[in-house]
Amino acid sequence: MADIDFLKKMAAQVRRDVIRMVHKPQSGHPGGSLGCADFFTALYFEVLNINPKSFTMDGIGEDIFFLSNGHLSAAWYSVLARRGYFDISELSTFRLINSRLQGHPTPAEHLPGIRVASGSLGQGLSVACGAALAKKLNADKHLVYSLHGDGELQEGQIWEAALFAAAKKIDNLIATIDYNGKQIDGPVDEVVTLGDLRSKWLAFGWEVLETNGNSMEQLLQTLDQAKLLTGKGKPIVILMRTEMGMGVDFMMGTHKWHGKAPNDEEFNRAIAQLPETIGDF
Amino acid sequence: MKYTSTGNKDTRSGFGAGLHELGRKNPNVVALCADLVGSLKMDDFIKENPDRFFQVGIAEANMIGLAAGLTIGGKIPFAGTFAAFATGRVYDQIRQSVAYSNKNVKICASHAGLTLGEDGATHQMLEDIGLMKMLPNMTVIVPCDYNQTKAATLAIAEHVGPVYLRFGRPAVPNFTPADQKFEIGKAQLLNEGIQVSIFATGHLVWKALEAADVLEQKGISAEVINIHTIKPLDEKAILHSVAKTGCAVSAEEHMMHGGLGDSIAQLLARKHPAPMEMVAVNDVFGESGTPNDLMVKYGLDTPNIVEAALKVLARK
Repeated sequence: MADIDFLKKMAAQVRRDVIRMVHKPQSGHPGGSLGCADFFTALYFEVLNINPKSFTMDGIGEDIFFLSNGHLSAAWYSVLARRGYFDISELSTFRLINSRLQGHPTPAEHLPGIRVASGSLGQGLSVACGAALAKKLNADKHLVYSLHGDGELQEGQIWEAALFAAAKKIDNLIATIDYNGKQIDGPVDEVVTLGDLRSKWLAFGWEVLETNGNSMEQLLQTLDQAKLLTGKGKPIVILMRTEMGMGVDFMMGTHKWHGKAPNDEEFNRAIAQLPETIGDF
Repeated sequence: MKYTSTGNKDTRSGFGAGLHELGRKNPNVVALCADLVGSLKMDDFIKENPDRFFQVGIAEANMIGLAAGLTIGGKIPFAGTFAAFATGRVYDQIRQSVAYSNKNVKICASHAGLTLGEDGATHQMLEDIGLMKMLPNMTVIVPCDYNQTKAATLAIAEHVGPVYLRFGRPAVPNFTPADQKFEIGKAQLLNEGIQVSIFATGHLVWKALEAADVLEQKGISAEVINIHTIKPLDEKAILHSVAKTGCAVSAEEHMMHGGLGDSIAQLLARKHPAPMEMVAVNDVFGESGTPNDLMVKYGLDTPNIVEAALKVLARK
């Protein structure tokens, strides 16, 4: 049984980490990281079957996660560190010279937990499909998870992979969409609307689940449900409604904090809303 | 000539034969193709290993991502399509998911260069060597005949890291020994000479040997070296040869910008300045035609190498 109280405290600490991480280098993408803090926490502290202390690139005998929208690196790094992949003190090096915590994630710096580079959008679903095929070849029953931005779905390669995954019955894959309706230039509906996103995935042959990505209870329930749907001949996608900037009032309800770091005054206002729950890095 | 062709064969069939053998030898080898199985001669591998082959359809970007993902789990993916679609179309996918991520993906590119022929410039990839050699972590290999393409296919499965393997469509003289092991990064001295060094790659290697014959009849001693690995470049072999001959000619079925000649010129400029001429396509797109007509029209034939050698000798 999940310790919901602990998960909520962890997600709150992750949000605090994110703000502190992007403030120091005055650079990064706080909006999406804040929006997906609950998802990363639920995934890494409750859902994934993983071996943080003995990370291997091949990930045989464990679940694998790919972050396709690599600009959510701050929240991912925070959760990886707090789950034990590396020391939380390293979070203070984010985006600074000589750091393993690159602006966008990469295995080139040998940071445990990261298996492929992302940042240029649209590539992660293909990679996740490939890793899922390798699991099948290896008779490894563990699952592959991925996260994508909703704006990222404007990339054509996503739909190449979506078509392929259904055609080849990649049913050990759970993709998640950060459905916050915002991208750099404004609301997704104004930039290039995704239209009826649920119908699109259904038409491509996927199982589609929907959830509130900022409710720990609903997230856990949906991720459980997704697991039960694996192994039945279809890939699974979760449309996860989130609020970009969640947890910091002035960062919510706008796309303006997609890729902007708070100045000192904004930092103080933000951090006052995000109390230390687990312990700062 | 001291080399004898055992008959004309296409290099893509060398790839197919190598992949077939790998299917039997290495259970981790998997293959992917974007709707060009027959063109890439992958049928034998697929027949024997249906579970280790993934037909991706006409979706090259997805194919590169899938290949990167398959390495996570210990597989060695050989992803095949035409050179145009294996590089330019998917440059960003290769850059991020394969090269920067340092994945053990083998990009297998057929129908490279002008000799693809009648399909014309859309399909005649002449920039791929440049695109691929610019990527850190990437090894770039261009074998010269059927036997060498087969040997290179076997060799890259043993090499851990991203590889670009370039081969072609037409039947060309098959002259390297069938049992010759392929050494990545090691240039092959095919013909010793003392007056001019000819560095050739791919289909131009045989033509370079023919050119050396013509030059010999003119009383000129030309050295011919097969640069089958563009990257890492065998700098030692190149510098050693040019130190002896004092001038160089490069020959390749590729754009002059970014090709083998560009790599050699850069090396010579840095370490041993010497006169150099380049036989390559000079900043133009190709067109429809027979492979032979194209090689003649675009200046990639044996007489062009002879002419370049005479020109560079006059500049010594």
